[in-house]
Amino acid sequence: MSDGLTLSQVCITDGGQTLIEVDCAIAPGEVLTIMGPSGVGKSTLLSFVTGTLDRAFTATGKVWLDGDDISRLQPHLRHVGILFQDDILFPHMSVGQNLAFGMAPGGSRADRRERIANALAEIGLTGFEGRDPATLSGGQAARVQLLRVLLSQPKALLLDEAFSRLDTSRRAQIRALVFDMARDRDLPVLMVTHDAEDASASGGRVITLGE
Amino acid sequence: MKKRSLAAALLVPFAASAQPDPSDWEAVLQEAEGQTVYWNAWGGSTTTNDFIVWVGERVSEDHGVTLEHVKLTDTADAVTRVLSEKQAGTDSDGAIDLIWINGANFAAMKEADLLFGPFAEELPNWAYVDTEGKTVQTDFTVPVEGYESPWAMAQVVFMYDTADIAAPFGSMTEILEWSKANPGRFTYPQPPDFLGTTFLKQALVDLVDEPSVLSQPVEDAPYEEVTAPLWAFLEELTPTLWREGRAYPQTGPAQLQLIADGEVDMAISFSPGEATAAIANYQLPDTVRTFVLDKGTIGNASFVAIPYNSGSAAGAMVVANFLMSPEAQLRAQDPEVLGYGTVLAMDKLPEADRAAFEALDLGIATLSPAELGEVQDEPHPSWMTRIAEDWALRYGTVQ
Amino acid sequence: MLRHVPLLTLVVMLGPVAAGLWGTLLPAFGHLPGAGLTGPSLNAMQDLLNWPGLVQAMRLSIVPGLLATLLSLVIVVLVTAGWSGTRTFGLLQRALAPILSVPHAAAAFGLVFLIAPSGWISRLVSPWLTGWDRPPDLLIVQDPAGLAMTLGLVAKEVPFLLLMTLAALGQVRQEQRMKTARNLGYDRVTGWLKTVFPPVYRQIRLPVYVVLAYSMSVVDVALILGPTRPPSLSVQIVKWMGDPDLTLRLTAAAAALWQLGLVVLALLLWRVGEGLVAALGGRWIETGQRRCLDQGLRLTGLGFGVLATGVVTLALVGLLVWSFAGFWSFPSALPDSFGLRNWSRHGPGTVAAMGETFLVAGLSTLIALALVLGCLESEHRSGRTVTTRGLWLLYLPLLVPQTAFLPGLQILLLQAGADVGRLPVVFAHLVFVLPYVFLSLGDAWRAWDPRNAVVAATLGAPVVFAHLVFVLPYVFLSLGDAWRAWDPRNAVVAATLGAPPARVFWRVRLPMLLRPVLTAFAVGMAVSVGQYLPTLLIGGGRVATLTTEAVALASGGDRRAIGVYGIMQTLAALLPFALAIIVPTVIWRNRRGLHV
Repeated sequence: MSDGLTLSQVCITDGGQTLIEVDCAIAPGEVLTIMGPSGVGKSTLLSFVTGTLDRAFTATGKVWLDGDDISRLQPHLRHVGILFQDDILFPHMSVGQNLAFGMAPGGSRADRRERIANALAEIGLTGFEGRDPATLSGGQAARVQLLRVLLSQPKALLLDEAFSRLDTSRRAQIRALVFDMARDRDLPVLMVTHDAEDASASGGRVITLGE
Repeated sequence: MKKRSLAAALLVPFAASAQPDPSDWEAVLQEAEGQTVYWNAWGGSTTTNDFIVWVGERVSEDHGVTLEHVKLTDTADAVTRVLSEKQAGTDSDGAIDLIWINGANFAAMKEADLLFGPFAEELPNWAYVDTEGKTVQTDFTVPVEGYESPWAMAQVVFMYDTADIAAPFGSMTEILEWSKANPGRFTYPQPPDFLGTTFLKQALVDLVDEPSVLSQPVEDAPYEEVTAPLWAFLEELTPTLWREGRAYPQTGPAQLQLIADGEVDMAISFSPGEATAAIANYQLPDTVRTFVLDKGTIGNASFVAIPYNSGSAAGAMVVANFLMSPEAQLRAQDPEVLGYGTVLAMDKLPEADRAAFEALDLGIATLSPAELGEVQDEPHPSWMTRIAEDWALRYGTVQ
Repeated sequence: MLRHVPLLTLVVMLGPVAAGLWGTLLPAFGHLPGAGLTGPSLNAMQDLLNWPGLVQAMRLSIVPGLLATLLSLVIVVLVTAGWSGTRTFGLLQRALAPILSVPHAAAAFGLVFLIAPSGWISRLVSPWLTGWDRPPDLLIVQDPAGLAMTLGLVAKEVPFLLLMTLAALGQVRQEQRMKTARNLGYDRVTGWLKTVFPPVYRQIRLPVYVVLAYSMSVVDVALILGPTRPPSLSVQIVKWMGDPDLTLRLTAAAAALWQLGLVVLALLLWRVGEGLVAALGGRWIETGQRRCLDQGLRLTGLGFGVLATGVVTLALVGLLVWSFAGFWSFPSALPDSFGLRNWSRHGPGTVAAMGETFLVAGLSTLIALALVLGCLESEHRSGRTVTTRGLWLLYLPLLVPQTAFLPGLQILLLQAGADVGRLPVVFAHLVFVLPYVFLSLGDAWRAWDPRNAVVAATLGAPVVFAHLVFVLPYVFLSLGDAWRAWDPRNAVVAATLGAPPARVFWRVRLPMLLRPVLTAFAVGMAVSVGQYLPTLLIGGGRVATLTTEAVALASGGDRRAIGVYGIMQTLAALLPFALAIIVPTVIWRNRRGLHV
């Protein structure tokens, strides 16, 4: 198997009924969009990739990442990052602690702090380390969330309706930021959405389900 | 195998050296140092509880013994505990090291070999004890034989509120007459409460023609005939009691609240100084006084005993000895503290101690030793058991 | 390791109950080798049947038990039906909140002084209204019918059942149902009874059973308020257990079995009653009747609700006044003088007892919390949740009368030589603390996962709290809402960021759940603080907690001492709740996302 994220003959069933079937490969730096209305099992597919699929479902098929079969690995060992539509920042940690939680371990305290400061500056949030996440605007929180995922050095990025809660003005801006940063890092991106605009903005292939 | 025999070898000398010898007092004091003594004593009286705290402080200062008061609602609980431990084979370091005890409970424990001793007459302070004038060597006619040591004298008195009762009564019959004329103004604790059965015994002693029959075990006496006056008395008294005898206070001190509330005017007490102490603690109005009956009232000593399986028998003996010291006895007799009668003989005491006792103001509601008059003997404990059973059958359940 | 925690928890919780019942069963049939008695024989049963007080003692178990349960339920139903959603209801709910945490014994002490002929109510109207300058000779407390005891139980169970009902209301979409009913022309109470009550009752059924089993076998309240000639069966069992005459222990064991049978019988009777009410209710629904004495029922409900609140509040104020009282004669409404003498006499004793109380409560609750968190985490990782049958297991220690298995447990512990001292008491408390900690934490914990939240909401929420001591409702209510609103994907995010399960547990889940964890801890502490019988029987008297000291003092009738101990006992139960509210607020003061 080659580099990138590959879903080979993945089939998820719910009580014997097939929910979703996918067979695809996403090269590094490429964005693959899965489109469809809610309820067709898009998010279920992503939870299969992250390894957090609910026991109620049965899944067959394999997930390959950079040539390794990760289907049997525990979630925290898969190196697959995910962004949700709601900003899942841990409310008991400051912005800086959230980022440090995501950052791969290693390095001195000062070193880690510096990297966090630089990363925040890169997305225009200089000096936000001590902020309570609950006080951030929707766009700020989305950027911090993205940053946290990237600092964890994932080998693939999943987007679960990641932009649907943002208002139209910010949406394009954040979307562009996410795609740019993923492309810079050569990450394969798997996006599920019900919004055609997201799909077209990605500039990649689109698989449409549930029609 | 080897391991087990080693363990046995280690255990044997330990078990053998468990019981201290009271005649070697120095050794007892040495062993007692650092021990914790669990004194199981009835915890319903706050003044007694305070006194026990003070005893704990003193034995800790003098001898390094830690005293823990295990507050019982009924002394029988402690007896049960030791019995259960014996059945369970807990023959060393049992839960109880010292029990405030007398009467039937003592008889039962002595009978069942549940007591450590004899030790009482070996204690240094025994020298001061009044062995002639006070009933410290028999307990409800059962010979003590050194298996418990005395620490307080008790005698029945009646507390009455002079605001409601003009003059004290001379006999149980007079009390009955008054209660008939003033229904709802008298009650007694519900047997088998200690003070409740004491009331029954006091009534019996006062009502029978020849009290000497009561010193024999109940089996040897014509029970029906002897107790007939008592039951006749109760038949008449009960309908005139507080709540018409449909409810009773559960303990002696609960009567104090009833007097203070004005629910009743008179109550029985086994401690001549209790009324004075209760007035000081706002538990009784200051119009309360005490009286005894013309023929005298029954009296006995309160003792402490040590269970056979106490792990701190030495410490327990130190406490027992301290309780008989002039210092502790003087404090116990102080009406501001307990108002208990002393077990010591004044003529055996050193001059200074005797003077201290004489200087003690017994308080407004306490009778002087002369006024307390003649002490009548407790009936044999079997009487108390039998009468309490009979009372329960007649009055213990709703008819 | 974690896999075995649920089993371990069950053993710790149910083991003592099973062992205790076994230890009761043997002596009940004449087998007590320690006393040289070998069975089987029916002598003990025979002795019990020959006891002249048996019928009356049984009546005192059944009648106040059923009556207290029924009255509490009716009051709660009327108050909720007539007033839920109104400002009055909010006020009542807030007034009942602190009462939930008042231990039964303290409330009972206060009640005695309130309702006795020489009590506060009588003093307030004497002599100007009644003409009494001495208390009337009326048998109010310790009445043979057990009415005073029933009143005491009702006053404490109403807040409990009301809380259970409030929790259930959120799950049955009361507003929607009521809107429909009102649009169809139903009056408030009738509409509520026909549309909301059936689903609500289904959810509060188990707590109602707990109230019934508890009320039938209560010891401390019966000792303080109940009659004595004879006392109720449970009190008599405790008396027999303490008698030096060993054969009476066999009688006690036989009576304990009898008590168990009575509770089972009463539960069956209640179940039959449920069916009957359901059938009658069904017919009533079919009549289409739009109103039935609605206004009257509303006012009755409110009257009783206010009464229940007022009685316990006044009782507590009474304790407070006595604790500072000098001499206080009848019919003075207030003491002749106030002072600190009572506090200086008894205060030090209460502090020592409080230390012991918190030590036992803290240990048993910590163990319970560790076990419960282990269970929940194991449940989370394996994806299996507690089933309805599992819930019954949780309830078992609360449904088996304490007097049925604790005597047996004491006998067994003694025979095993593991008697006396703090540790056995801690484990005996654990039996009662565990279910409550589990029930109060499980809800919030599982609410992390929306699918489980449904299960937890329908099964867990109504049973979070117990009758022994209760939680402040607003903590619970706000928690329920807060946790339902939580995003379930915290764990997913943390895991995809590379955090292994243990790290997710300690760094994300536990801190975020600090508030419910502390609340569960407070519930556990409060349950332990209120325990009388396990402390007395298993502690062999050596473990003196505020509750055992207070009940022992009650026998002496010294109201000043009882006042001091009762107030301290109440404070001991309240303090952990106060901490559960304050600590997270202080720690998370700069984290708006965690404010309630």
